[in-house]
Amino acid sequence: MTLAICIGVLVAGGVYLMLQRGMVRIVLGFVLLGHAVNLLLMAAGGTARRDQPLMDLVSPRTAADPLPQAFVLTAIVIAFAITVYMLTLAATGGGDDTEDAS
Amino acid sequence: MTAALLPLIAAGPLLVAALLVLVRPPIVRRVLLLATSAAALTAGILLIRTTRDGSILSHNVGAWPNGIAIPFVADTLSALMITTTALLTLVCSAYAAATAEDEARYFAPLVLVLSAGVYGALLTGDLFNLFVFIEVMLLPSYGLLAMAGALTRLRAGRLYVTVNLLTSTIFLAGVALVYGVTGTVNLGELAGAAKDSPLVAAAVGTVLVALSVKAAVVPVHGWLTRTYPSASPAVTALFSGLHTKVAIYAIYRLYALLFDGDATYLWIGVAVVSATMLIGVLGAVGEDTTRSILVFHMISQIGYILLGAALFTTLGLTAGIFYLIHHMIVKASLFLSTGAIEHTYGSNRLDRLGDIARREPLLALVFMGAALSLAGLPPFSGFVAKLTLVTAAVDDGQWIAVAVAVAVSLITLMSMLKIWGGAFWGPPPEEPPEKHGDSPVTIATGVRVRPVVLAPALVLTATTLGLGLGAQVLLELSAQAAAGLLDTTGYVQAVIGR
Repeated sequence: MTLAICIGVLVAGGVYLMLQRGMVRIVLGFVLLGHAVNLLLMAAGGTARRDQPLMDLVSPRTAADPLPQAFVLTAIVIAFAITVYMLTLAATGGGDDTEDAS
Repeated sequence: MTAALLPLIAAGPLLVAALLVLVRPPIVRRVLLLATSAAALTAGILLIRTTRDGSILSHNVGAWPNGIAIPFVADTLSALMITTTALLTLVCSAYAAATAEDEARYFAPLVLVLSAGVYGALLTGDLFNLFVFIEVMLLPSYGLLAMAGALTRLRAGRLYVTVNLLTSTIFLAGVALVYGVTGTVNLGELAGAAKDSPLVAAAVGTVLVALSVKAAVVPVHGWLTRTYPSASPAVTALFSGLHTKVAIYAIYRLYALLFDGDATYLWIGVAVVSATMLIGVLGAVGEDTTRSILVFHMISQIGYILLGAALFTTLGLTAGIFYLIHHMIVKASLFLSTGAIEHTYGSNRLDRLGDIARREPLLALVFMGAALSLAGLPPFSGFVAKLTLVTAAVDDGQWIAVAVAVAVSLITLMSMLKIWGGAFWGPPPEEPPEKHGDSPVTIATGVRVRPVVLAPALVLTATTLGLGLGAQVLLELSAQAAAGLLDTTGYVQAVIGR
């Protein structure tokens, strides 16, 4: 339940920020949304019914699922790269508020 | 071609790209880019030869046991797509070489990484890995789009990145839901899961929605028409041939495998693609530059391609796959031939161009061939594609879709005539009115499109003519690919080995 509430709050904050006009806020919105989806991936591994993955102490049957963690790691790396690129886009060029003359 | 070589198709271009970052002389980068694309084309043709009898190649990366490993799978559909992708990469790189666009330091590596992502997405048999390869495909695209650094491109770049990141995030959420419900992301083990359980159907539905945005299906198409026209011609041609088409391939693959072609949801598809066909082409009528007209056409054609999946009959899938291959080639040809005009005469606005048909008879012929093929006139491949598709829709009793498809063909022809009348036949451009702040275009009388700039488009138009006259070859391959989608047992067996 904690995870579900966390995901909900993060998505709400992310969507709110993404609907703002400034590029930096949009980027921050994506950061929040990315975290929400990462938590969703962790939740998909069944965190409630599993234990810490400690060798020899916990049976493999109840140890935490490693696959979602690998997924999250990959997703974090990709999201990080794109965030850096988006911040570059935000820093270069002018604001988005004015349309072209054409 | 043995299965163990499959990962090399994606890994090869990646390795060469890494190497090219270090290489300074542009000529070496150019040669290696063309050579790698040509090698991928050869690999694709070999794959078609191996899989044309319906056999499926599968390889577990790292030789892990089934169920744990990430499988790379090639059937006829993947092989066809890889071949077309490699052909487009080769031709667009040749065009970029002709216009000296590839002299930019990172052009060649970015294009290679882009193509590697596409090959990987076409080969992988794992849902999460599909996400990763789509990202591998998108990251270099951000760079290619922004490379020239003009302000309009920067704006387009912002829109492009945000839309794609949002859809990728939704895609990832869908993958998480699939894993949460089923406990696996292996496409072989997921086969038919969405048909059996509405929970899985909702999870895969999330993935399909994300893919629809990437494929630019109406009503989520707006980003495409606002970003593609701002890239350079070579990059637009490359994007149009690869990006949206990978999403379409994934929609075909996932619906066939995970939903097992479940007829319950097909009506949604028919409704959406009919709207896509109509709204795309209506948008094209209102545009006034060659490239924005062509980009709107892309949306309309995406509707046609997906109609095959929405019918999900043998003939419908065959027609859809045939249409997909035909469209990738023709669209790139149109972008490259109008790009050749833009490169030589400095504008793609219809009111700034005119009299090209007299100045450039061969280019006019190349453009006209591809335009007629797009509209669906014989003897080009577009005629075969449309005829098969409409026949399939009639067989299925989808009369509204049939009416839309035929009416849209006429409007397509009409807006192609608009380019023809504006750029090729219209009066030579006079001193343009100073309303957009551009400097007036002055053309020296001696300027002509150089043959080497025209050659890439010529090759593609010749291909569409060849596929129209010798349609039987591609039709048989498409039928084989469609059979693989209708009966997925072979694919599942190849992936999970039982």
